[in-house]
Amino acid sequence: MKLLTINFLTCARKTCKSTPASFPLHPKEAELEQVETEMNPLFLRNILPRLDWEAMRMLTTELGLPNLPAETPAPEELVVATTTDLDAGNGDDRASGPSQMARDLHVLLMETSIASGKLVCGNCGHEYAVKEGIANFLLPSHMV
Amino acid sequence: MLPTPSTSHVNYDRIYEPAEDSYLLLDTLVLSTETAFLKDRFPPATPSPLVLEVGTGSGVVLAFVTANAETIFGRADIATIGTDVNPFACEATAETVRVAVTEQAKVGKASGRFCDCVTGDLSTALKHGSVDVLIFNPPYVPTEALPEMPTHSEALGSASRDNFERDSRLLALSYAGGADGMETTDRLLGQLPDVLSKRGVAYVLLCKQNRPQDVLERIREWLGGWHADIVGTSGKKAGWERLCILRIWRP
Repeated sequence: MKLLTINFLTCARKTCKSTPASFPLHPKEAELEQVETEMNPLFLRNILPRLDWEAMRMLTTELGLPNLPAETPAPEELVVATTTDLDAGNGDDRASGPSQMARDLHVLLMETSIASGKLVCGNCGHEYAVKEGIANFLLPSHMV
Repeated sequence: MLPTPSTSHVNYDRIYEPAEDSYLLLDTLVLSTETAFLKDRFPPATPSPLVLEVGTGSGVVLAFVTANAETIFGRADIATIGTDVNPFACEATAETVRVAVTEQAKVGKASGRFCDCVTGDLSTALKHGSVDVLIFNPPYVPTEALPEMPTHSEALGSASRDNFERDSRLLALSYAGGADGMETTDRLLGQLPDVLSKRGVAYVLLCKQNRPQDVLERIREWLGGWHADIVGTSGKKAGWERLCILRIWRP
């Protein structure tokens, strides 16, 4: 499962939902894999405001991945001028491309996946298994 | 006419096969009234909407929405996610979406971004307030009782792939709706005020026996003044519409 997905998930128990500790879930014994996918700069720009940045920072730290910047990157940090020879073009759009920051975020959110492991609720401690990239949020009947 | 995503890889012994209800959802989502509504509600350059399909089954609906985001939302920068109680359906959904997105890329069209399909009960795994568009083709057939949910350990084990009893139960879960065919749908409706975002909207399929008019009236009485309308219907049988799609949205 992609790291982006974890931004939208919490513990499935009703009693945990209202407590801040149920989000984000904490990875445990996570086996990561990289699944290449094409980058979409517009998607990246417009998904950023949907991220709980603190949660994503916590997640990358817990997974031992490179630290994210302290604040959500601004849209202008995602692009960089690609043509140094400004006389070469007469249109403005073609002079920019994704920045290193954008590439790193794409790799982190869209390409880095948990192949197997567990996601643990910070409130009740329940462990949700991830197997073959699919997380299982079904609760044992005594916990529903 | 947009192509229906291929589900030729799906094993229909344990996963619901796309049928009239699935196709009614597809047809409704591309009606000009719905695309206009969604484009107006999620204008370009606003944060990417998150689309959740509950009970994806084969994944045909979620794949269609992901691949045709540009047509439906007027923007391809949407995120999609699915849930199903059936772990095999989750596997199938990921593949159906992958194939549909690849097909779009072949003809040079951009698709939305699929996150994952997680095994879970309705929307219980989703963070409150995170879902912008929720789509649900429920188990709507009135039955005496609801089938048992897959057990926790059953969902974990892909080891025993051949298990006739389990497979029949998984299939029954995809259509059997209990009293009035509404037991599961009522639980989902109860989750909407929590899981939907401030700009949230839900599309829920109902059949005649679910008494759609009563459901509409109940929703309109929710706290905060929710809207609900019938926005799509299947062909008439014996003078009445057999299936319909409800659009439910916050004011």
